[in-house]
Amino acid sequence: MGDWMTVTDRGLSSESKTISQYTSEIKMSPSSLYSQQVLCSSIPLSKNVHSFFSAFCTEDNIEQSISYLDQELTTFGFPSLYEESKGKETKRELNIVAVLNCMNELLVLQRKNLLAQENVETQNLKLGSDMDHLQSCYSKLKEQLETSRREMIGLQERDRQLQCKNRNLHQLLKNEKDEVQKLQNIIASRATQYNHDMKRKEREYNKLKERLHQLVMNKKDKKIAMDILNYVGRADGKRGSWRTGKTEARNEDEMYKILLNDYEYRQKQILMENAELKKVLQQMKKEMISLLSPQKKKPRERVDDSTGTVISDVEEDAGELSRESMWDLSCETVREQLTNSIRKQWRILKSHVEKLDNQVSKVHLEGFNDEDVISRQDHEQETEKLELEIQQCKEMIKTQQQLLQQQLATACDDDTTSLLRDCYLLEEKERLKEEWSLFKEQKKNFERERRSFTEAAIRLGLERKAFEEERASWLKQQFLNMTTFDHQNSENVKLFSAFSGSSDRDNLTVHSRQLQKKPHNVSNGSPVCMSKLTKSLPASPSTSDFCQTRSCVSEHSSINVLNMTPEEIKPNQVGGECTNQKWSVASRPGSQEGCYSGCSLTYTNSHVEKDDLP
Amino acid sequence: MNFSEVFKLSSLLCKFSPDGKYLASCVQYRLVVRDVNTLQILQLYTCLDQIQHIEWSADSLFILCAMYKRGLVQVWSLEQPEWHCKIDEGSAGLVASCWSPDGRHILNTTEFHLRITVWSLCTKSVSYIKYPKACLQGITFTRDGRYMALAERRDCKDYVSIFVCSDWQLLRHFDTDTQDLTGIEWAPNGCVLAVWDSCLEYKILLYSLDGRLLSAYSAYEWSLGIKSVAWSPSSQFLAVGSYDGKVRILNHVTWKMITEFGHPATINNPKIVVYKEAEKSPQLGLGCLSFPPPGAGAGPLPSSESKYEIASVPVSLQTLKPVTDRANPKIGIGMLAFSPDSYFLATRNDNIPNAVWVWDIQKLRLFAVLEQLSPVRTFQWDPQQPRLAICTGGSRLYLWSPAGCMSVQVPGEGDFAVLSLCWHLSGDSMALLSKDHVCLCFLETEASVSTACRQLGGHT
Repeated sequence: MGDWMTVTDRGLSSESKTISQYTSEIKMSPSSLYSQQVLCSSIPLSKNVHSFFSAFCTEDNIEQSISYLDQELTTFGFPSLYEESKGKETKRELNIVAVLNCMNELLVLQRKNLLAQENVETQNLKLGSDMDHLQSCYSKLKEQLETSRREMIGLQERDRQLQCKNRNLHQLLKNEKDEVQKLQNIIASRATQYNHDMKRKEREYNKLKERLHQLVMNKKDKKIAMDILNYVGRADGKRGSWRTGKTEARNEDEMYKILLNDYEYRQKQILMENAELKKVLQQMKKEMISLLSPQKKKPRERVDDSTGTVISDVEEDAGELSRESMWDLSCETVREQLTNSIRKQWRILKSHVEKLDNQVSKVHLEGFNDEDVISRQDHEQETEKLELEIQQCKEMIKTQQQLLQQQLATACDDDTTSLLRDCYLLEEKERLKEEWSLFKEQKKNFERERRSFTEAAIRLGLERKAFEEERASWLKQQFLNMTTFDHQNSENVKLFSAFSGSSDRDNLTVHSRQLQKKPHNVSNGSPVCMSKLTKSLPASPSTSDFCQTRSCVSEHSSINVLNMTPEEIKPNQVGGECTNQKWSVASRPGSQEGCYSGCSLTYTNSHVEKDDLP
Repeated sequence: MNFSEVFKLSSLLCKFSPDGKYLASCVQYRLVVRDVNTLQILQLYTCLDQIQHIEWSADSLFILCAMYKRGLVQVWSLEQPEWHCKIDEGSAGLVASCWSPDGRHILNTTEFHLRITVWSLCTKSVSYIKYPKACLQGITFTRDGRYMALAERRDCKDYVSIFVCSDWQLLRHFDTDTQDLTGIEWAPNGCVLAVWDSCLEYKILLYSLDGRLLSAYSAYEWSLGIKSVAWSPSSQFLAVGSYDGKVRILNHVTWKMITEFGHPATINNPKIVVYKEAEKSPQLGLGCLSFPPPGAGAGPLPSSESKYEIASVPVSLQTLKPVTDRANPKIGIGMLAFSPDSYFLATRNDNIPNAVWVWDIQKLRLFAVLEQLSPVRTFQWDPQQPRLAICTGGSRLYLWSPAGCMSVQVPGEGDFAVLSLCWHLSGDSMALLSKDHVCLCFLETEASVSTACRQLGGHT
């Protein structure tokens, strides 16, 4: 504002240059100020502004202000407000069109500026908020930095302390080591000192001992003596021998003999141990060979040749070794072979076992998904079934127990129960009697009804008879009438009547013909069935036999079927089924085949059972 | 299990004869020989002074009684009671006396280890061996009695001399690479001699009968070394117990270490059975009082019962804090013994004095641990079967076998504090020694005992 004011103060009197400066300043000034200015232009805010506006253009200075504006506008590149003058003297006229154009353009500019201003403002706001955010971030990061710096300082401090401590400890350790060294030195020196002293003292002591010895022993001490009743014999009964070179040699010999014996004993033991171990090794080897070679041969023939060669090697070795009867050989020749072959085989075995392990794990993983689940389901079903069975069995047992107990109870106290039972019987008798009488009455009623029914039937029969007679008479009359009218018509009627009379009989013949056909049908059906049987059970003579018997059976009666069923078939089942089938055949020829196939099924079942037996 | 009546005894001197027929015991200056079966007194000998040491000859015909204070040894014959023999070492003094394996010679060590005198009972001859070394175990005989190895010290160096016992001829004499030899021991087969250094240095050397060095073994340096050594009866293993609380087993082929058995104070392996002796006073058993049993430190009460309980792992054993500024600290493996069949090894770690560890030698692992209420004094294997008898100085005898464990109260009025024990040859009986008494304990036959043990194992 202040700026503005100063400028306005100057503005009135100043030149266009300063004005342009001012406008440019205005343009460059922050938007807020600009807007304020705009606001100011529309709303009279202060006296100064008012005065300014009032001061700019008055009645007196219209011309001046117009020229000023013209100047201004031309400097901004607008067309002049004045009309182009023809001559210098002529007074320039204000071109209203130009003014309006200028105004319009100014307004457009103004709007554009406003828009731009708005944009700038929003951007500014955005930027401001961004800035705020960034500032807060910055401050946060600064704090973080500070804290981490502090932490670092703390850690450094700790590190320093620890290092210090470590140094101290090292120093201590060094000191301790020095101390230990010193002490060891001291000990060593003391030890030498001690040993030295000891030696000195011992020498003195020895001297003294020597002296004492001389004194004591050379004095011919009478006291030193053995007072013995009589000398005893040696434990071994021998006499003591003189000490000679011979005895010395003998002693030496004996000593060496003892030592030799000891060594021999030990050698024997070691040999035995060795032999045992060798035996174990050999056995292990053999077992390995037997274990590995057949397995290897099959699956690995194609897989890898190297192991195959190894195996053949091994086998050769084995052959050699067994030929050599190796146990009697000294180790060195055999040892290498044996250890090598064992090693080889061990390697093979190891790889094999590893492979197997892998396979097992794989199989386990795979198999876990499907098989196991199914089996579990089966398992559950089975358990359910079994549980049910158990339940049933339990119930059965319970009822049985109850029954048993009742029986026992009745059996154990006879006198009371017999009485009771008697009274029960009496009661029952009476009830039965009542029922009996009731039954008899009912019977009587039935009888009566029956009689009435028979009577009614007789009556009906009589009535029917009468009706027939009536009909006959009526027909006769009719016939007589007809013959009297038309001859031909009467013939037709006769034919008709004859036809109608034989229709029942005709039906019957058809039926009989069908019935006659039936056995034929059966015999026709059996080959089909047989083919079916043979198809279902190919290449088994017993089945074909059976089929033949079946075909025979089909032609024979059902009783024959019963007789001719093979022994291994359960007679009850099959017989029963066959008879059923026969009956069904009689009633429904269409279902014949199905029945036979059912029979064949039962037969196959039995056949399977038979197969299982041997 | 039956117990005999108690007999008087002094200074724990009681020994079964090697043939198992007799039992010799000393009461002050008297020597009593009894029949093992009837316990009837067969002979009674009277010595010149209080007896300090007795030893049967190998053929069970003679008994040697040593009176060190007087420098005297008296020998008695069982067959001829009137026969007598007295050996006087005179002013030279006497510190040790023993039989030679033939039972006809007596080896006396004079004071200050000036010499060893070999007295013959067959001839008038006396032999002297000079420069014997003053050490814990300086003389050792082979099992067959042919050879004697003797540690010697000359000119500040250790030597070993091997003598033929039949005529006391020197067979071999060699110096050993030891600072201060402490012990020597023949392998049961008589072909290898183990020689070990003093506790200041861990070193064990193995020599053949002909004096060749077979092997030398040292587990560590700078610290206290070997405390105890034992050969397995099969001569196959050599167990070396040391001050670091470990037993190292050497084999007889390469003489290298096969395994080492540590003796930690806590047992975590659930496979190992830990038998814990628990005390139960009878009133506690009768009443339903549920206060905790008396602590182990309280000591066995005469009226209380004790039984074994199987402790659940992890078990922590009572340890003793050793006094390090004194000589012979109570740490390390002080006792080692193989069972007669070489299948088991029993050990005691001296800073866990209440526990006996039984190791399975076939599987080379710990088999069982027995924790007693008081420190274990002695243990000894049954000569016939893997059965271990343990005494703790209390009035109970403890028996362990692979089937189980049991504790037996020694009957009799007063408290019979079992300080030591020794098995009879047959494994059917043993002598229990207290300060002034001896008592024989007869075990049931093998079958009944094993069933009893099983039952007991099932109960505990």
